[in-house]
Amino acid sequence: MITLKVNGQSHAVDADPATPLLYVLRDHLQLNGAKYGCGLGQCGACMVLVDGEPVFSCITPILVVQERAVRTLEGLGTAERPGPVQQAFIDEQAAQCGYCIPGMIVRAQALLEKNPAPTDDEIRAALNTNLCRCGTHMRILRAVRRAAQGFKASGGKS
Amino acid sequence: MVRTLKFLGVLLLGLVGPGLVAQQSPTQAQQPVTRSAADPEVVAKGAALAAIGNCNTCHTAEGGKTLAGGRPLTTPFGTVYSTNLTPDPDTGIGRWSLSEFRRAMHEGIGRDGRELYPAFPYDHYTHVTNEDLGAIFAYLTSREALRTGIPENRMIVPRPFVAVWKSLYFKPGTLPQDPTHDAQWNRGRYLAEGLAHCGACHTPRNALGAEEADRALAGGRIEGWSAPALNAQSPAPRPWSADDLTTYLRTGFDAQHGVAAGAMAAVTQNLATVPEADVRAIAVYVVSQMPASRAADSGGASGTSQPGSAPFAEDAVPDSLAATATPGDGAAIYKSACAGCHERALRGLPLALSTSVTDTTSANLIRITFDGVAPREGSAGGIMPGFAGALTNRQMTALAGYLRSEVGHAPPWSDVEREIAKAREETKAKKAS
Amino acid sequence: MKPAQSLQISRRRFLAQSGALVVSFALTRYAEAQSPAMGSLGKTPNLDSWIRVDADGAITVFTGKAELGQGVKTAITQIAADELFVEPKSIRLVTADTARTPDEGYTAGSRSMTDSGTAVMNAAAQVREMMVELAATRFGVERSALSLQNGAVRTRDGRVANYGELVANQSLHVAAKPQSALADPKARRYVGQSLPRVDIPAKVTGGVAYVHDLRLPGMVHARVVRPPSYRARLSALDVTSVEKMPGVIKVVRNGSFVAVVAEREFQAIGAMRAANRAAKWETSRDMPPARADSDAYAALGAAAHEDFVIQGDKSPMSRTWTREASYRRPYQMHASIGPSCAVALFEGGTLTVWTHSQGVYPLRGAIAEMVRMPLERVRCIHMEGSGCYGHNGADDVGADAALTALALPGRPVRVQWMREQEHTWEPYGSAMVTQAQAVLDNGTITDWQFDVLSGPHSTRPGRAGNLAAAWLLQEPFALPPPQPIPQPEGGGDRNAIPLYSIPNVRVVHRFVRDPALRVSALRSLGAYMNVFSIESFMDELAAAARADPVEFRLRHLRDPRAQDVIRLAAERFGWANFRRGPSKGRGFAFARYKNLAAYAAVAMELDVDRDSGRIDVVRVVAAVDSGDVVNPDGIRNQMEGGIVQSLSWTLYEAVRFDDRTITSRDWSGYPIVRFASVPRSVEVHVMERPGAPFLGTGEAAQGPTGAALANALADATGARLRELPLTRERVRAAVSL
Repeated sequence: MITLKVNGQSHAVDADPATPLLYVLRDHLQLNGAKYGCGLGQCGACMVLVDGEPVFSCITPILVVQERAVRTLEGLGTAERPGPVQQAFIDEQAAQCGYCIPGMIVRAQALLEKNPAPTDDEIRAALNTNLCRCGTHMRILRAVRRAAQGFKASGGKS
Repeated sequence: MVRTLKFLGVLLLGLVGPGLVAQQSPTQAQQPVTRSAADPEVVAKGAALAAIGNCNTCHTAEGGKTLAGGRPLTTPFGTVYSTNLTPDPDTGIGRWSLSEFRRAMHEGIGRDGRELYPAFPYDHYTHVTNEDLGAIFAYLTSREALRTGIPENRMIVPRPFVAVWKSLYFKPGTLPQDPTHDAQWNRGRYLAEGLAHCGACHTPRNALGAEEADRALAGGRIEGWSAPALNAQSPAPRPWSADDLTTYLRTGFDAQHGVAAGAMAAVTQNLATVPEADVRAIAVYVVSQMPASRAADSGGASGTSQPGSAPFAEDAVPDSLAATATPGDGAAIYKSACAGCHERALRGLPLALSTSVTDTTSANLIRITFDGVAPREGSAGGIMPGFAGALTNRQMTALAGYLRSEVGHAPPWSDVEREIAKAREETKAKKAS
Repeated sequence: MKPAQSLQISRRRFLAQSGALVVSFALTRYAEAQSPAMGSLGKTPNLDSWIRVDADGAITVFTGKAELGQGVKTAITQIAADELFVEPKSIRLVTADTARTPDEGYTAGSRSMTDSGTAVMNAAAQVREMMVELAATRFGVERSALSLQNGAVRTRDGRVANYGELVANQSLHVAAKPQSALADPKARRYVGQSLPRVDIPAKVTGGVAYVHDLRLPGMVHARVVRPPSYRARLSALDVTSVEKMPGVIKVVRNGSFVAVVAEREFQAIGAMRAANRAAKWETSRDMPPARADSDAYAALGAAAHEDFVIQGDKSPMSRTWTREASYRRPYQMHASIGPSCAVALFEGGTLTVWTHSQGVYPLRGAIAEMVRMPLERVRCIHMEGSGCYGHNGADDVGADAALTALALPGRPVRVQWMREQEHTWEPYGSAMVTQAQAVLDNGTITDWQFDVLSGPHSTRPGRAGNLAAAWLLQEPFALPPPQPIPQPEGGGDRNAIPLYSIPNVRVVHRFVRDPALRVSALRSLGAYMNVFSIESFMDELAAAARADPVEFRLRHLRDPRAQDVIRLAAERFGWANFRRGPSKGRGFAFARYKNLAAYAAVAMELDVDRDSGRIDVVRVVAAVDSGDVVNPDGIRNQMEGGIVQSLSWTLYEAVRFDDRTITSRDWSGYPIVRFASVPRSVEVHVMERPGAPFLGTGEAAQGPTGAALANALADATGARLRELPLTRERVRAAVSL
């Protein structure tokens, strides 16, 4: 049994310690946010936060994240009460198919928690690990800028 | 601290020592060079030579225009900013003459007679022939003039004292041909010791920042990364052949040795644009400095393992781990986080071949593991994700220990925790994180 | 076609629930029902209900189209809401389900608004009119004395009846009238507004949004084991070790089709890898010798092809051409960010497949044929996938899931492709070669000849043989010979006929039935390349005529809407006042998608780094005329996305392969645009034409963007590049001369 702390809750998971976190999140914990895009750490669709850092959950075995604070998209807000980054993405309608968006939101959250007033270049550099195939980049950038304003306003808390 | 004291000692010496400090004369004002005069073939040759010299790497600011200067170079003696090499008359080299350019490259003297800090590697460029300098100058002055403001240097050493440094460590002049080697080798030495200035990164430096003359190519450090030894102490598990090294230098990757990371990536991107024969010559020369190919098998440092000889299936089954595997177990971390790519053909480099594992320092292994590897935007090339977030410092230490002993078969590093701390600091220093 | 019948109550369509008014359009005589203004209403003889009103007033709208991330669910809801005079949130929308919705073929070709939007609009309008009639009768008043609000009809004196009450005890199936009383565009509340997308909230908060998220009780996970190349065949597979792996339930094998099934997803992946190792394949060379990506164009040229003259005379024009140019485009990928996924369940004799296929009806037919089951025993239900941009792996993985589920009756089976499988097995956009020739007389084009050589642009199901799994079966199905798509839609020849007014035009489509790689529909089909070629060539002609590129185009167009959109883009870009700089350029391009759908003009500014060949797109300004606009933000979103995607295609993308296999196996071998390269700004200006027919927009930006880029590059450097993609190496080589 492996103990994982996900979105503030502890879970005892019966899975091989070599299992990438992505499959445990989706399969065992039924969390939809993190997605399988490549399984190779190339696209970022699987991104989650571990101790506040953005991490490719598709190549991170649960072995190394035991007892560490894992936050997924679901931990940033809900449909009834979206977090500031999620709200910004809704306000900017920053999605086409939307498959990459959870990874983008998580990546943006990590950025804003460290750097609440990023420049446009800093946002682009930070998001460079995340692919979007539909070409929603301009909206995603607008959403992150908008979220930064929200962060400033709320004093940096999610 | 010791370094600074030593240095101050030298300064004092310089102040009182007669004739040790010679003021160089500024040249008279020259007419700006007209751009149209240059022969296109000479310009093209100059472009290739400038690529070998990596001028654009130091003389381009991040996000700035090529060769327009402004990049900060951190040295133990402060920060110096690269200058504008475009032919702008006021902020660039627009008013320089060829002889002034030559004097800078050969002697480390600026147009106005000022001493140039040896962060600019004229101790290597001094070997470049006049003809080649002419071509480089023709190339530089054929480019578009860009006006840029360069920030002020922040050096603790005033320029005149560089003359003292030069008197101790700088020998201007060309390299004589070595008749015991063929033309290709000599060409390679000319380029490697000259324009390519390999030793500037790959040679250790003394307390005053000068290359240690008797330890040429014995390895050095650059921007946190290790530039491994290229001489008899090369840590490469599998010896380099000229073919391997040529491929590596031109593409940034070789299947028997790995990827060009850190500062080396820019070097290989430049060499990709240079005629193959010149890159091959450099490779031939550098390989000649390394241990000769061992017959038949060459293991890692221990000589017993066969790096790269295990058949790697396209889809290696990742080992499942015992339920008792702990998060601090280096072997378990390797098996579950690394082996999936690093033991699959067409994916990651088999780590038994990696110089990062057998190098004298853990610096490169740490940094590559944390930062990953990415090709230039839009280019095909291996992508390795970074594990900076996924691994704690303790886990990285355990992983490094495992790889060093079980894959590199080498005695433990003493600098793992320190390099991890440094690497974390370097990342924090880049604000967007 | 069935013989004419005035009222047809099809048993399948009759909803026995009392009080449910089902408006069934079982119109049969194609000629009677046909009206382009009716969209899918006229096209498909056996239609399901489009609108349902329950006794409690609940409204359900059915569409045969699927949400692909293009906002169609939202748009159709808006249309229905306006015609029914209800709020969008009171509408339940059911999309593409072979058991429940009309058959509208594929959600493709930018036809959703034209086909389904129009049908729903008319159906909803006619339902609303019916409500009014029923109320007028019930209340004994004139129609004009009634008003509509929120699903209810009111009299002036305050009597109210909601739709549910009006419909009670009526089980009336009404054939659609050939004309509808559509709501006045000026009275619209939703159409024309940028209503927020109904699907986005769940997507950004981790709701169940995709078929990838579907979890059914007892569901198991499967992975397929694909051959190393198209025509490799399984010669041996010892499954003993695989079956023993933790969680493995079964190894399914049928000929060379192999799937491994396990309790947990990661277990299935491990089993797949083990099976890969254990499998022995007979690998004949799939591509004839010397066929590699470096040889793709020669191979295409040497392949057997059939020529179709789609405009002009049979015999080639013989002229002294003012200008001739040839262009090339490599195989390019959909490269969907989420590898394709499907869930299938075989239970009680029925096979159900949850799929993100663009065409649930055609897929159903193909699967039914493949597994030899009657059509009515197979059901395909659309659930979203990641953006598909055409025929990607969605149908194939549906077939994989179906085959696997049949081996495990009663258990839902989820199959997802791996990244490498999606990259190597999806059908690509075909390589293409074009040639353009023109005569200029006094700055005007008088003669124009255009030749396009291409593989097929559709191998979609339909048939079992269109499914990759079916090729591998013990009793395999062969790919049916692909057919060219006839004009005016076209496939490889889509947009090959210029919209420009030119006295003598000849266009030839050279159709290669069997290119080296598996190909099918990729967003805009041949239009991307044909518009790239034509619009690049127009600039070359403009230069020869010493004319401004924008003015040159305007001069050759008679369609005022085309001219409007060109002028708008040019004006918003600041074309007339553009200030050049060294290595900075501007480019312009225009096309009307398929010469039938949306009009799009794109202007672009870029900088070129001559040392590295890097192109930095600074600014893109586009103008689009989509006719009547349902959701302006949806249009902008599609255009922005098409622009950025087309930039990626144009700058970076080419499928790599050698003489055995595809070597672009993941993102390392097929780079696409990342944030580091997207433009500084992209603006889209939407020309609104209320009341005009809807014009599909999803594919309108692809071609003009590519051409605008090539034109801007030529403007910046003098170098005209004609081979896609416009890589750094090609740019460097061209500019450093």
